[in-house]
Amino acid sequence: MPAKWRAFRRTFRKNWELYLLITPVVLYFFIFDYLPMYGIQIAFKNFVAAKGIWASDWIGFDHFERFFNSFYFDRLILNTLGISLYQLAIGFPIPLILALLLNEVGNRHFKRFVQTVTYAPHFLSTVVMVGLIIIFLSPQNGIINHLIAFFGGERISFMTEPEWFKSIYVFSGVWQGMGWSSIIYLAALAGIDPTLHEAAKVDGASRLQRIWKINLPGIMPTVVILLILNVGQIMGIGFEKIYLMQNDLNIESSEVISTYVYTQGILGAQYSFSAAVGLFNSLVNLVLLVLVNRIAKKVNETSLW
Amino acid sequence: MTLVVIYILLSIILLLVLYPLIFVVSASISDPLTVSRGEMWLFPKDLSFIGYELVFANKEIWTGYANTLLYTLVGTAINLVMTIFAAYPLSRKDFAGRNVITAYIVFTMFFSGGLVPTYLLVKNLGMINTMWALIIPGAVSVWNIIIMRTFFQTSIPNEIQESASIDGCSNMQTLWRIVLPLSMPIIAVMILFYSVGHWNSYFNALIYLNDRDKYPLQLFLREILIKSQVDQMAGSMDLSVQKHLMEAEAIKYAIVIVANLPVLLLYPFLQKYFVKGMMIGALKG
Repeated sequence: MPAKWRAFRRTFRKNWELYLLITPVVLYFFIFDYLPMYGIQIAFKNFVAAKGIWASDWIGFDHFERFFNSFYFDRLILNTLGISLYQLAIGFPIPLILALLLNEVGNRHFKRFVQTVTYAPHFLSTVVMVGLIIIFLSPQNGIINHLIAFFGGERISFMTEPEWFKSIYVFSGVWQGMGWSSIIYLAALAGIDPTLHEAAKVDGASRLQRIWKINLPGIMPTVVILLILNVGQIMGIGFEKIYLMQNDLNIESSEVISTYVYTQGILGAQYSFSAAVGLFNSLVNLVLLVLVNRIAKKVNETSLW
Repeated sequence: MTLVVIYILLSIILLLVLYPLIFVVSASISDPLTVSRGEMWLFPKDLSFIGYELVFANKEIWTGYANTLLYTLVGTAINLVMTIFAAYPLSRKDFAGRNVITAYIVFTMFFSGGLVPTYLLVKNLGMINTMWALIIPGAVSVWNIIIMRTFFQTSIPNEIQESASIDGCSNMQTLWRIVLPLSMPIIAVMILFYSVGHWNSYFNALIYLNDRDKYPLQLFLREILIKSQVDQMAGSMDLSVQKHLMEAEAIKYAIVIVANLPVLLLYPFLQKYFVKGMMIGALKG
């Protein structure tokens, strides 16, 4: 131990500047990520601002019970899971398919053009994105409804009919994100050994066979890692876009845990109750992440840790 | 044969993504009445710049623009410094404790205190209704630290740093004179990621700001695009209702373009950098 300590002191003296550099970063994470974890205890307390986090009274699992028994519980869980799984089923494979398609394109100009165009929507803000959705889907002025009317259909009020909410959310997300998400797969595809393709060609493999037997297995580790990360986000379905797309008429299919935490906690100032809901959410997420990681390790020998 | 199918599929994707983008640009310079009747399908029709006139005549848009510019500049500068401060030590093999610190940082990606405790913290620190609430709580991103650290490790030969150290360079001199000048591509990527993030963010402003004169652009955009509070924008109320509504529509298209103008202008120049940046991040993914 003393020898180790002495070795550390020696490197510290040599690299003290590096420790100085990283100190603000370590402090930052302590204050803004670890201190809020200390604040989680208010989920088990009756938080009174005047008393502060520490001195407020413990009340155990009351807030959790209230949440589990509330009228909203089933709806929140179903919406959160429903939107996430829908997004996973549609939004996860499409960028992968796009990358596999792009990888086959020999014409560099065409490839670059497709990439430039499909990356662009990624840079639109959520507010603008939702604004565009509303503009395009407007029952009176929207181009989609003009098209429906042109072909003799009935105009649809997309944003106020609950049954449309999830599809609009998922497919607009695909439109905005598929190009950007495909970059990571293209990087992985670029790393595949070209001699494999040469050999397969000599053996008479078709293009489809080579995509299926060489490209897809080649990028499987990347796919699995991203899948794990995505599954780990299932309960963490984003606040921003859903909150912006929400209105009184579609609320039954658009209220998810994160928007509920915001309206109850920040707007309604029910800090303790809302923290309990948030904690439940984070815990389910963490459990899912660990679980999927373990499954992936067993099945595919790929894992996050 | 397969290749033909691939080109057709990609062309369909291309059209699906491109069409709405072109439509918005065309709609912003067409007569709003023509657009809302559905008579404009692709190219601008009955040229009109009424939307832009209304946007530029609006005071709050300018306030929002100025605020967002300030938040983006200050925020990105802090982000960049913090990311370099974290990534450089962690990239050094001779930095004792790097695994512990990496784990300490990465853990925050998977578990957090959640919205309410974070909000209470920011409140207790007295940052509510200040620009710092939009900048300090997101001072650095774990993901970007990892990307930058990976760049330092893989793109800057260790030998250069060692020989600099033998020549008597201190750690700071090595970072400043050797590592950073060689890292311009990744620095450009970081500036792009962080500044687009600041430019587009609205959530922190939504929960932490009260005064309208501190609002960033996105909050005003939300009112116009989503809550449709265009009344005060569309000018005097003695206009006929029809015209009033048309102007409200015109503003929406124009403001989408105006709000994204900085990103649109920078996009072509930065594209090669951000793809490179994503690739670097992807390698160790």
